[in-house]
Amino acid sequence: MSYTPMDTNQLEHQHQHQNVATVLCCNCGAPIDGSTGLVMCYDCIKMTVDITEGIPREANVSFCRNCERFLQPPGQWIRAELESRELLALCLRRLKGLNKVRLVDASFIWTEPHSRRIRVKLTVQGEAMVNTIIQQTFEVEYIVIAMQCADCARSYTTNTWRATVQIRQKVPHKRTFLYLEQLILKHNAHVDTISITEAKDGLDFFYAQKNHAVKMLDFLNSVVPIKAKKSEELISQDVHSGSATYKFSYSIEIVPICRDDLVVLPKKLAKSLSNISQFVLCTKVSNTLQFMDPTTLQTVDLSAPVYWRNSFQPLADVSQLVEFMVLDVEPVGISKGKHVLADITVARSTDLGVNDQTYYVRSHLGALCHSGDTVMGYFVANSNYNSDLFDDLNIDHVPDVVIVKKLYQRKSRKNRNWKLKRMAKEHKDIDASQDYSSKSQKQDIERAERDYELFLQELEEDQELRQTVNLYKSSNPENIEEHGMEEDEDEDAPQIDIDELLDELDEMTLDDNGADEMGEGM
Amino acid sequence: MATRTQFENSNEIGVFSKLTNTYCLVALGGSENFYSAFEAELGDAIPIAHTTIAGTRIVGRMTAGNRRGLLVPTQTTDQELLHLRNSLPDSVKIQRVEERLSALGNVICCNDYVALVHPDIDRETEELISDVLGVEVFRQTISGNILVGSYCALSNQGGLVHPQTSIQDQEELSSLLQVPLVAGTVNRGSSVVGAGMVVNDYLAVTGLDTTAPELSVIESIFRLQDAHPDSISGNLRDT
Repeated sequence: MSYTPMDTNQLEHQHQHQNVATVLCCNCGAPIDGSTGLVMCYDCIKMTVDITEGIPREANVSFCRNCERFLQPPGQWIRAELESRELLALCLRRLKGLNKVRLVDASFIWTEPHSRRIRVKLTVQGEAMVNTIIQQTFEVEYIVIAMQCADCARSYTTNTWRATVQIRQKVPHKRTFLYLEQLILKHNAHVDTISITEAKDGLDFFYAQKNHAVKMLDFLNSVVPIKAKKSEELISQDVHSGSATYKFSYSIEIVPICRDDLVVLPKKLAKSLSNISQFVLCTKVSNTLQFMDPTTLQTVDLSAPVYWRNSFQPLADVSQLVEFMVLDVEPVGISKGKHVLADITVARSTDLGVNDQTYYVRSHLGALCHSGDTVMGYFVANSNYNSDLFDDLNIDHVPDVVIVKKLYQRKSRKNRNWKLKRMAKEHKDIDASQDYSSKSQKQDIERAERDYELFLQELEEDQELRQTVNLYKSSNPENIEEHGMEEDEDEDAPQIDIDELLDELDEMTLDDNGADEMGEGM
Repeated sequence: MATRTQFENSNEIGVFSKLTNTYCLVALGGSENFYSAFEAELGDAIPIAHTTIAGTRIVGRMTAGNRRGLLVPTQTTDQELLHLRNSLPDSVKIQRVEERLSALGNVICCNDYVALVHPDIDRETEELISDVLGVEVFRQTISGNILVGSYCALSNQGGLVHPQTSIQDQEELSSLLQVPLVAGTVNRGSSVVGAGMVVNDYLAVTGLDTTAPELSVIESIFRLQDAHPDSISGNLRDT
């Protein structure tokens, strides 16, 4: 340890003699200058006074072998490199008695990483007696205790799930699952999940207890239209006491109809649903399905059990949308909410320079369309559907084109000022012998990206949908200034207000970046 | 002779006792250990009076005196005064002093020939001091400290002042008091030396915490090496 006797807060005398010994040290009798207020000589202070008395010289830190994180009590695990600032902060927080003295400096002393010891050199200042402040440096040794954090312990028990919820939707795209993922994140419905795996047409959730699975089941029931089936697998049975342990599986199938799908309803169903026309567009999917007739603006709701009684497949989905150009809009006069019935003259974008083929369509998008806009729609006249229900329809009553939504020219997706959180999923184990650059894999990846991009665009367009999910501010401040400067961006492109975005509460770190983000958010 | 003792676990001897060449006052304590310490040293030489002053036990700080007289504050009860008069020899004059600064032990520092007083003391009190105690009175501070009685322990042979006193102040005071002075501490570094110990010409009593170097300083400045009660000199010394 080394000491430095520091300045004192003794009042100055008028006649002050520099460095002349006026008193004898009360301990050893060595002459010292008493006018500064010291009553013991420097050596005696060194020998007797220890301001670091209350500070322990050894302490423990816990370290998870698996995920290489340090424990910050009571329960937070922090990732920190050896000899980093976060680790220093963690070590100092562990030390009791450090608040009684003033900390001046702290630094690491190098130790061999395998020795499981961390050594920190601290310099503190404190009051020794009456008027003297002394500064002392000392060393504290931390023993790194290797253990397993709760998360890792949990991850090692994937095979001991007691209940599983398997969600499937037999459609070629994944938009519903993306939306479901955001809903689950917002309502935190995945807290008790042991693990999540992806399967071909959906997701599997694994739970340790049956009632957790039932809770997830109830949650899903309230947000998407589903059909659930429960099955049990007997694991063990005690004949004498009559108790048995089972593994439970809940198979859930989500209705295959998604937003903006073109649907033909069975005749009986259409009649029972306030006599709506059979040829409808699906406008909203929550725990019920909402259909709308684009020619009359009539909407009906269909609940999941009614659907499953006599299920039907959609006629066409979003991947079969064709681009059209609006030539003329004439509102009819009827409007319902944000839908305005209008007669719109459209031509296919690919037809524009080639021929004069136009179509006269009655559509619900009168409010959004102006001449010159591009819209997406189903080209019914040119499509060949494989559906018995469609064949039974009277062809004269079926419109040639059904306009679904407006197409906005968007800039590249990197400039969004908002972002979404993703759920951590376990993917299938990577097999080194497989070839990952094969075409099918690439196609899969591309498809997934396209679906995600579509999903983000949908979120931008529809405010109602946005209410149900959590959007977070993205840390791309430079991009905000560049907005609106490019010519090829459509000025009507839907933007999300910054007020709707939540601040992302990252794990608290000691980084300057972390501090800045927190400062921004407040 | 310098001895160490404690009054009920407190090292501040000068608070609970007053020692002069002709008498000694001690405070009433729970046990009589304190009194025994004095009695062991003083034996039959001088009378030791058990007393309180104004109902308090801080007799050392409330009174000031030398071998000729004793000054007590206004708050001293008649009963206490009577008790003192009975215990002390007749040659000692006892006088009750009407003074705003009633802690006389803090404001007056005296030996048998000279006294230092607090600069704000009353004129009448100053006259009373010079009359009753038979001393020359100086209004002086000890290196900026106005409580002269607390920061200076004085006997006829020498004086101990608090450690922050500069050399210049020490020389000045020494010429005033006509005794050698030294700056030092008592009770392991305490600078309140007047309240930390009592001293007369042949005996000094300090707290139990006093270290050996401190005690050697005290013994050397007060010339206590081989002094005992019989060898007091009552002569005037050259100034």
